[in-house]
Amino acid sequence: MFEVRIHGRGGQGVVTAAEMLSVAAFLEGKHAQAFPSFGSERTGAPVVAFCRISDREIRLREPIQNPDALIVQDPTLFKALDVTEGLKPDGYLIVNTARSLSEMHLDEVVKRLPAGRALTVPATELAMKFINRPAPNTALLGAFAAEVGVVSLNSVLEAIRRAFPGNVGEANVEAAKAAHTLIAANAAA
Amino acid sequence: MLHQIEGSKAMARSIALCRPQVVCAYPITPQTHIVEGVGELVRTGELNDCEFINVESEFAALSVAIGASAAGARAYTATASQGLLFMAEAVYNAAGLGLPIVMTLGNRAIGAPINIWNDHSDAMALRESGWIQLFAESNQEAADLHIVAFRLAEELSVPTMVCVDGFILTHAVERIDVPDQAAVDAFLPPYEPMQSLDPADPISIGAMVGPDAFTEVRYLQYFKQHTALTLIEKFATEFEQRFGRQAGGLLRTYEVEGAETLIVAMGSINGTIKDVIDEMRADGVAIGLVTLIAFRPFPADALRQALARARDVVVIDRAVDVGMGGPLASNIAIALRELPDPPAMHSAIVGLGGRPTSKASLHRLFRQAAIQPWEGPHFLDLNEKVVARELHRRGKTRRVGPAAEGILKELEKERVEKLAERTS
Repeated sequence: MFEVRIHGRGGQGVVTAAEMLSVAAFLEGKHAQAFPSFGSERTGAPVVAFCRISDREIRLREPIQNPDALIVQDPTLFKALDVTEGLKPDGYLIVNTARSLSEMHLDEVVKRLPAGRALTVPATELAMKFINRPAPNTALLGAFAAEVGVVSLNSVLEAIRRAFPGNVGEANVEAAKAAHTLIAANAAA
Repeated sequence: MLHQIEGSKAMARSIALCRPQVVCAYPITPQTHIVEGVGELVRTGELNDCEFINVESEFAALSVAIGASAAGARAYTATASQGLLFMAEAVYNAAGLGLPIVMTLGNRAIGAPINIWNDHSDAMALRESGWIQLFAESNQEAADLHIVAFRLAEELSVPTMVCVDGFILTHAVERIDVPDQAAVDAFLPPYEPMQSLDPADPISIGAMVGPDAFTEVRYLQYFKQHTALTLIEKFATEFEQRFGRQAGGLLRTYEVEGAETLIVAMGSINGTIKDVIDEMRADGVAIGLVTLIAFRPFPADALRQALARARDVVVIDRAVDVGMGGPLASNIAIALRELPDPPAMHSAIVGLGGRPTSKASLHRLFRQAAIQPWEGPHFLDLNEKVVARELHRRGKTRRVGPAAEGILKELEKERVEKLAERTS
């Protein structure tokens, strides 16, 4: 079982990101379970969503406490709460920022993870460029497919198209592809 | 066909496949997505010949459903929590009149203090209302149970509640098999009412009944619920034959072979418990699970049979009757006492008001039951420190203020202390 926790703020598509990730896994014949942190969501408030992916039926219903991967859609959350709490020692950390991990004061966290498991993506910038909206979720999923695997880029793109039919979907597909290319190029370098 | 969709949407599709003719909708979290989903299927024309009625309250929602059902229509509505309480009078009326309405209950706590999250307080509050109450373990079962519920309700002319854990099931996106229309049509025949208002053949429904007949009318209700015990099993078997998967029935067992400790639980927590049981079995612990699906009618005989050979029985309640303890535990105690050598029963109150239940906590609870049993109901994961502080404060002064605010203040103190520890 692979467990992903996504942190962000209300309005950034955190819950939709978890759902799209689950659809991508579903398209590959896997079992997946996406669910939000249940509360009275409102724009700007911290929001958490979860996604479990497995080859077997998923029966577990507890919130994800020890994620294999963490996606942080809003870097200001590091100041507000212990975002990396419970992240597995061999986990992945993907942060939406145009700055470096050092500039984000995340060196301590990065040190605890295997080399190359923590990375940044300028997802908001990519979203503004392709979608003209500060919605970083689809670009982050593109980066996730490049860095973590578990689901392929093609499945992520199809999941995006199902969530957002038409032009909006295609714009989001471009953002996800651009983020994927960026991370894949970094990994190769 | 397999879909990766939200539980509520799958339920909406499944309800639409049952061809309801009147759907009454009033929104309340966490049930709202279900009636919204049905509404969309009416709007797009995927659900034909259905009147979708927006009403002004839950009381109206069920009252309109009662009127529709009395006029011979297949009627559906959904609610949760305070919504169910607000329609309480109509809930009893639907049962007393014997109208086969199907209602989804997106299980949620009841205030005060106000809380929108999941537990079973709402279903338990109206457990004596005369409705059949079925609890879904998974979203697949939540979708499937509606098909069974209409069949059962109409066969007996008894209203049926499908209880679905709010948020945990209603808001989870999962792989769900939504059956096709032909399969549902083959399982669920068109509604043929036992009674209906027809100007060509006038009758009255809901006449006053005096002391000479009231007992007999109630006895018939009691008798029908007993008949339901047999029918629930029959329709579960038929459902499995037609659809190739289990849905409904009175109860299901898991890893009960040779089990010394048996857990009894209702609803979505059964999934997490199964994972815990697999881990404990791997450690050599003889433990198993009885998942109760039918709470009303209460399958006392089936439970007695399933639990007879255990040494310890742990009953998980997702609600608390504050003057008594766990409602499910109270019912099971009655069922067990007729056994010559009954197992020791241990009652646990779990996951109130949306508190997540972790595997770790369940491991501790199940082990403790066998080696260090407790007296009375055990409140799982109770923050004893905060409770002790609040009780201490309450012992010192009369004008203590509201309990909820007292606990919140103590929690805040605890948070600040922990933060200070971490930074020092």
